[in-house]
Order: sequence, then C-alpha cells, then structure tokens
Amino acid sequence: MSHNPHPLIDAPATATPATAAVEVRGLTRASFVLRGALLAGATYGAAAVSPFVSHALAAGEGGDLEILNFALTLEYLEADFYNVKGRSLHLTGEARSYATMFGEQEQDHVSALTKLITSMGAKPVAKPAFAFPATSQSSFLALASVLENTGVGAYNGAAPALQSKEVLAAAGTIVQIEARHAAAIDLLVGKSPTPNEGFDIPLTKAQVLAKAGPLIKS
Amino acid sequence: MPLSPTEQPTTHAAGAVERLVRDDLDRKRFLKMLGAGGAASFGAFVIAACGGSSKSKSTSTRTAAAPTSGTGDVAILNYALTLEYLESNFYAKAVASRLFSGKDASMLETFGAQEHTHVEALKGAVQKMGATPAVDPGGKFPIESATQVAQLAYTVENLGAAAYLGQAAMIQSKEVLATALAIHSVEARHAATLATLVHKPITPDGAFAKPDDMSTVLAAVKPFLS
Repeated sequence: MSHNPHPLIDAPATATPATAAVEVRGLTRASFVLRGALLAGATYGAAAVSPFVSHALAAGEGGDLEILNFALTLEYLEADFYNVKGRSLHLTGEARSYATMFGEQEQDHVSALTKLITSMGAKPVAKPAFAFPATSQSSFLALASVLENTGVGAYNGAAPALQSKEVLAAAGTIVQIEARHAAAIDLLVGKSPTPNEGFDIPLTKAQVLAKAGPLIKS
Repeated sequence: MPLSPTEQPTTHAAGAVERLVRDDLDRKRFLKMLGAGGAASFGAFVIAACGGSSKSKSTSTRTAAAPTSGTGDVAILNYALTLEYLESNFYAKAVASRLFSGKDASMLETFGAQEHTHVEALKGAVQKMGATPAVDPGGKFPIESATQVAQLAYTVENLGAAAYLGQAAMIQSKEVLATALAIHSVEARHAATLATLVHKPITPDGAFAKPDDMSTVLAAVKPFLS
C-alpha cells in the first residue's frame, strides 16, 4: 500500500518549530508510571487498570504525549481490526471494500502519530496484541461501528486538553476521517449515521477504555 | 484529561466539559445544552465556566466582513454561524423542492434539522459572549434535480467540515473548541452519507482531512450569498 503523507506531520521540520518545544512537558513521572501501568493493565483488560491508573488519568498529567500515545493505541487497534481480523473473515461487498480502504487509512494514522510522537522526542507506545470477538461479517460490522464511533468520541474528548495547536490541528485531520468511517459503517448496518444527532459526544479516557480495553490483550 | 473530584479546573472550560461528559445524565445535559432548545443555557454555561465575560482579548488580523464580525472566538463563531445558516436554508429548500422521496427525503430533513440545532447553539454562544450574532444571510441555491441537489449537498458538507477543521487551532476557549469539534465530526458524517448517495468518495482527501481557511470558504460560498 502507498504511504499517504500527512499534510502537517510530514511537513519539513522547520515548518513547525513550536512542536519541538512542547515535547518535554509531557514526560512527567506520572506519565512514565501511567504508561507502564497502561501496558501492564492491558494484559488483564480494562478492569485491572483502575483505580491506580484512573487516578493518574484523573490527575490530568502527561500532557500532549500521553494523549497522542493513547490515540496511537486506538489507531493500532483499528488498523489491526480491519487489516488482520477483517481479512481473516473473508468479507464481501461493501464490507470488504470499506475494510480495505479504512484499514489502509488507520495504518496511515498509525504512521503519522508514530512519526509525530518521535518528532517530539518521545517514544511511541508499542503495538499491543488484540483480540476481536467477531466471527461473522455482521458481528464484524457491529464492532466496526462501536470502534469508529468510540474513536470519534475519544478524539473529541481529548482534543480540548491538548496544549499544542499543531497537535490539535493534526488530531482534527484524523477525527474527521474517523467520523466519515463511522457514518459509512452505520449506514451499511442500517443505523443512523448521526447517532447523537447534531453533536457528537466527547468521551473521557475511562469511557473509551471501557469499549477498547477488553480488546487489548498485551 | 479528566480531573480528580477535588481538583479545580485551571482553564475554565476544560474541567467543566469533562465533568459534563462524566456520566450518562451529564452527557444528556451536554446534548441538551447544545440542542435547539438549549442555546440559552449553553451560553450561560460558557459565561459561568469562564467566570465572567468570554470576550477574547486578541485582535483578529482579518478584515471584519459581515460573516466574521467580532474578534477572536466571536469572529469564528459568527463565521461558523453564517455557514450553518446557509446549510440549514439549503436543506430547507431541498426538502421543499419535493425532488426526493423515502429514505433520501428523510435524510435531508434530518440533516437540515441538525444544521438548525447548530444555528441555535452558535447563535446562543455569541449572544452570551455579549456580541451580536451574524444575521441569517438567506442564500440562493440551484435546485434543479435530485442528483444535482445531492451533489451540491455533498460539496457543501465537505466544505463545512473543512471550515471547522481550518478554525480549530485558532479557537481560544476550550468550551467553544469542544462545541466546534462536536459539530465538525457531524458535518463529516453528513458528507460521508451524501457520498454514498452520489457515489463519490467517503474520504475525498484520503486518510487525513484537509482544512480550508476562512477566505477559501467564504469565496466558495459567495455565489450562494444573495
């Protein structure tokens, strides 16, 4: 598949000098601890992650890098879902063409976020192993709807806390795509493309983890 | 990021929005505040969350044309409001044309109603910031055939999404940003839905959406401003 460069992240380094100044702030001790805990907690699912981790999340530490690494985890999840799980199910018709296209795009999101985090002088979170409870095309599409809609809520929920405007702009270019995915999938399964009518609901990290956490196995 | 129960928000809006979405009841309240009937409460919320006047202190370098009257966040809100008026009026004309039936007609009605809730929310937001909302510009839209109208809707929704994306990084209030983001992703949903109707790309710009700046968008909608 061809690499689709990101208009902001793949711009020459000199174009966004402000980003370099932001990076260090995110590496507080709490975020180091949190990152480790999240990875450990992922082994046992979302239930094992709280209360220590949710307190750390609630404290609001970690800054932009924590948000970006969380987003990267979700993008890894979506890419794997479409590209690995999707392919294994031998999807047909529109489900197949969506899974192919969306899977490529989620992989582009993974690449862009990895590059952005690296450019900020930090270490991108490692790709977890996932397990998706979908055994048919219909259960695959049902889960796709959950994941895409959760992705929209995750980005919209986290974005106002971002300190860097460059990072915010980059997040915006991604969340719009997740919303397009969500609508297309929802239509395919006969649901409303606007599940919350005129305004998409922002989700907290805990709410996102409630949906995505159980799918993360390592 | 969510705040612990004892922590006070350091920025006025972030904590307030986070507390709003913390549970189902609050989520419904968030929706209500942004809904058609909740414009006034949304505005009151903005004032309360920001501890007083939410007027931006920065000056805009853009010329204050009618659709963007005001400075800072007010200018952005009035710009968005103008676009939402255009979309709302366009959908109303599309529905009234009776060129569509069944599911398609129902979809246009639904999207038009949603654009109307955007109008109300943005109008209320500007008013509560002590500023004057942009006036309804009306709009002249070619309504010739179902195919043409659906294609125009696709174009307009893509433009709307690009417009919000183009402004996101310039919004100063976290509350206004949260609202803009909540609307931005819905415009994207509209665009994707219309894409399936007119057999055009769901993601016309690929994996990353492209922002449009204010002058680009205003130039694009100029033909529709009567």
